[in-house]
Amino acid sequence: MQEEIFISGRNIPKIDPYLEVWHFPISLYLFLGGLAAGIIFFASLFTILKKEKEVQTTIKSAMIIVLFALVIGLIALFYDLTHKLYVWQLYTTVRIESPMSWGAWVLLFVTIGSFLWVFSYFTEMFPKWNWRFEWIKKLETYFIRNRRNLAIILLPLSIILGIYTGILLSAFNARPLWNNAILGPLFLVSGLSTGAACIILFSKDHFEQRLFSKIDLALIIIELALIIHMLMGMYAGSAVQLEALDILVGGEYTVMFFVFVIILGLIFPALLEGFELMGYRVPVAIPALLILMGGLIFRMVMIEAGQITRYLY
Amino acid sequence: MKYAMVIDTLKCVGCSDCVVACQTENDVPVGYCRDWVTESVSGTYPSVELELKSERCNHCENAPCVRCCPTGASHQTDEGIVLVTADECIGCGACIASCPYDARYQHPDGYVDKCTFCAHRLKEGQLPACVSVCPTKCMYFGDLDDPTSLVSKLLKARKHKVLAPEAGTKPNVYYLI
Repeated sequence: MQEEIFISGRNIPKIDPYLEVWHFPISLYLFLGGLAAGIIFFASLFTILKKEKEVQTTIKSAMIIVLFALVIGLIALFYDLTHKLYVWQLYTTVRIESPMSWGAWVLLFVTIGSFLWVFSYFTEMFPKWNWRFEWIKKLETYFIRNRRNLAIILLPLSIILGIYTGILLSAFNARPLWNNAILGPLFLVSGLSTGAACIILFSKDHFEQRLFSKIDLALIIIELALIIHMLMGMYAGSAVQLEALDILVGGEYTVMFFVFVIILGLIFPALLEGFELMGYRVPVAIPALLILMGGLIFRMVMIEAGQITRYLY
Repeated sequence: MKYAMVIDTLKCVGCSDCVVACQTENDVPVGYCRDWVTESVSGTYPSVELELKSERCNHCENAPCVRCCPTGASHQTDEGIVLVTADECIGCGACIASCPYDARYQHPDGYVDKCTFCAHRLKEGQLPACVSVCPTKCMYFGDLDDPTSLVSKLLKARKHKVLAPEAGTKPNVYYLI
């Protein structure tokens, strides 16, 4: 049987012929949010484990990158809102059933926590800097003493932030590509992996680079497994999910997904990191940059392809 | 009280009067619409079938747009009507992405807009604009909790369907087939 559907009298901007309500800023935000969550996770974890001395880049300069990532991410989010003056309404209520609501709260607390973190390391990183007011110095001493407590708060928050970027999408059952439960863990692992890549990129310490190469390699393997899991889940799914799978496998986004995300963004850098750990000389910037690029393209593919998928009725 | 709309696909001629009436009644900006007419042809020649449907927000009982709204701007009234409070909407687009029927759009002023079942007319005891203008009288509106209402009787007597029931949204717009 052939079926054709014509829709007359309707051509609504951003919705017809397919949804285009979320754009590049949202992909960028999901990428930066995941990256920030990854770095904060490692910084907090090593602080709680009392291994700060061995991962100096992670707890210092990488946390400054977190601030930039969070601020740029927040600007990107704000930019994509269409009723911008009412943005404060987000913080007048907590709605547990809406991932965007609790995500916005977590994002707020993580941002404040990250600023306090960098503040506590500020004089250590810039010894010539002199806070002019006595009360700021007192505040600094207070946070230096409470670094571990801050890490204990930030560790679970960073996991929630990382996983929320995926749950935000998987909560929409109207978009079959997004509507799979694996997306939360997948985005979390991808965020941790890009966070580790970012630390590798900025670290000058050989031990720290090697440590994060090992961590990153393990994360990439988990991420690949989760992607296979996601594709298999869709393959065993209903008609709408099969249609969603078609976009990634054999459809419009196949090259973007398989060449740029899976091969160039995951497998190739994993091989390079593996060679490096085996003792071959590989400039660490290459796998790190590839992973970061792969992470960003992965979010772009998911955001754009997800909006093409819809219910057939 | 549970409002529902029943549309007879066998009587609809696809004239789009409901669309124009809604645009006029609700000051819908040019180029947008809160309801629309779909025309689907199925089968292989010579046994083909044509179905015309006037579609809009389904005012779902299990509304995904209400669930995902981060501010509570999208809400459901006691009568089951799904509404958006413009002053609470931040224009994040989550509700638009969550709707399997693509029934919502971003108003040029920034907030998200959609069919309200003409809640302002219902308060005055009038029918929604689309229902009141339909020249073939193929649209019915009423209370499903009242077993004597026209909509309850129609759903009892006639074969009907809802759109994408597999989405689990429990729509309140029914189509007689």
